[in-house]
Amino acid sequence: MEEYIYAAARVHARENSLLRQTDLERLMACATEQECFQVLRDKGWSADAPSAEELLAAEEEKTWAFLRELSQDTAPFSLLQLPVDCNNLKAAVKCCLHEEVPESLFLPGGSLSPEELLQRSREGDFFPLPSPWGAAGEQARTTLLQTKDGQLSDALVDRACMEEMLRLGEESGLEVLQRYGEWTVATADLHLAVRACRAGKNREFYQLSLAPCRSLNVEELTEAALRGEQELFAFLATQPWAEGAQLLQTSSSAFERWRDNQAMELIRPEKYETLTAGPLFAFGAARQQEIRTVRMILSGKRNGLEEQSIRERLRETYV
Amino acid sequence: MNGFDWNMLGIVFALLGGVLAALLAGIGSAVGVGMAGQAAAGAVTENPSLFGKVLVLQLLPGTQGIYGLLIGFIILTQVGILGGDPNVSAVKGLLYLAACLPMAIVGLVSAKWQTKASIASISLLAKKPEQFGKAMTLPVMVETYAVLALLISILSIFGIGGLAV
Repeated sequence: MEEYIYAAARVHARENSLLRQTDLERLMACATEQECFQVLRDKGWSADAPSAEELLAAEEEKTWAFLRELSQDTAPFSLLQLPVDCNNLKAAVKCCLHEEVPESLFLPGGSLSPEELLQRSREGDFFPLPSPWGAAGEQARTTLLQTKDGQLSDALVDRACMEEMLRLGEESGLEVLQRYGEWTVATADLHLAVRACRAGKNREFYQLSLAPCRSLNVEELTEAALRGEQELFAFLATQPWAEGAQLLQTSSSAFERWRDNQAMELIRPEKYETLTAGPLFAFGAARQQEIRTVRMILSGKRNGLEEQSIRERLRETYV
Repeated sequence: MNGFDWNMLGIVFALLGGVLAALLAGIGSAVGVGMAGQAAAGAVTENPSLFGKVLVLQLLPGTQGIYGLLIGFIILTQVGILGGDPNVSAVKGLLYLAACLPMAIVGLVSAKWQTKASIASISLLAKKPEQFGKAMTLPVMVETYAVLALLISILSIFGIGGLAV
């Protein structure tokens, strides 16, 4: 426990540099993307990045470098890396159907290198990858080649990711990671069930893609989804995440915003934790959310979106 | 054990009390100052200007060790180990032992909790350096109970010295 005292104190000091709601308002008040860059530079963001994407990539890398400096043990941040690895594996699996895969499909910050994933995909052998990616990659690739169903192939990798997230959360012994893992899996199942229901997927799809978790009974969820959208939402209204389900009825982006805001709510108590690795994880999650929000604002300014339209997508900050 | 003079153990009990006070309170302080030092180093890494402030917070859990040392020293002088008459009855020895326990136990426990309060205050200071006064007051509150234990141990030890037992 004591080994994180130093790291937690550094993280708490570094929390001062995180963007606050007032900083987001300042960004919103900027007329152009260039003005936003200036505001971000004032907050200590990489001053020499020539473009928005490079600026965001540099900030992402800065976060990982800081967290790796604090702890050789990557277990506290593994839950943050899993979705990146999951995305990159899905992109690599698609290489077995398409020779050319745009590099932009791969995200930085994962534990698996995109180059290795591409190589594995071209050789048609994912098994040497660490668990659970080896088996998941192989299963997804076989499914994609046999059925040409990219959605199912993706869902198989997603499920492996969700199960790993629950496992790592439980094994960490940290309450925040357990809560975050459970929350992520439950909301992912909920979202997937609604999309699958709307797409008219069969029982096998649900059985293969929904990851069991404590707060949502996936068998009942499957039955409700198979009975139709109305039945599904009636079932979800009785579940712990009813608020999110209600938002999902009208807008997927509203649901995603709610989900990200709730995740911040979940990790916010770590601001006052001083002895465990919880603040390290929370800082990483907060930075990821911050970078996502800045990406949305910059993209909105670049494309001349209306302020209201950008504002609807803004996420809450950690501090 | 026929003919064994129990009064020979009086000085042993008394010394045991003094040692326990110095030992337990000292252990609590050593661990506490070490842990608070880690937090202080973390805060100073990010903001070197905090050094003077976090140093005070780091040292707060160290006072219990000093109180324990004081009790141990008083015991050594009272029972004659540092000079004088080392003749202490078994009953008196046990009384000295009992008198040392408040400092030993409260010293250990208060050092542990003061450490946690100090680490939390260092985190507070790392975020809001201007709040030094408030950050310092919180762990100092725990000190009250270490001081109370010190007082009761001192009063008891001096009181026992005057008893004809």
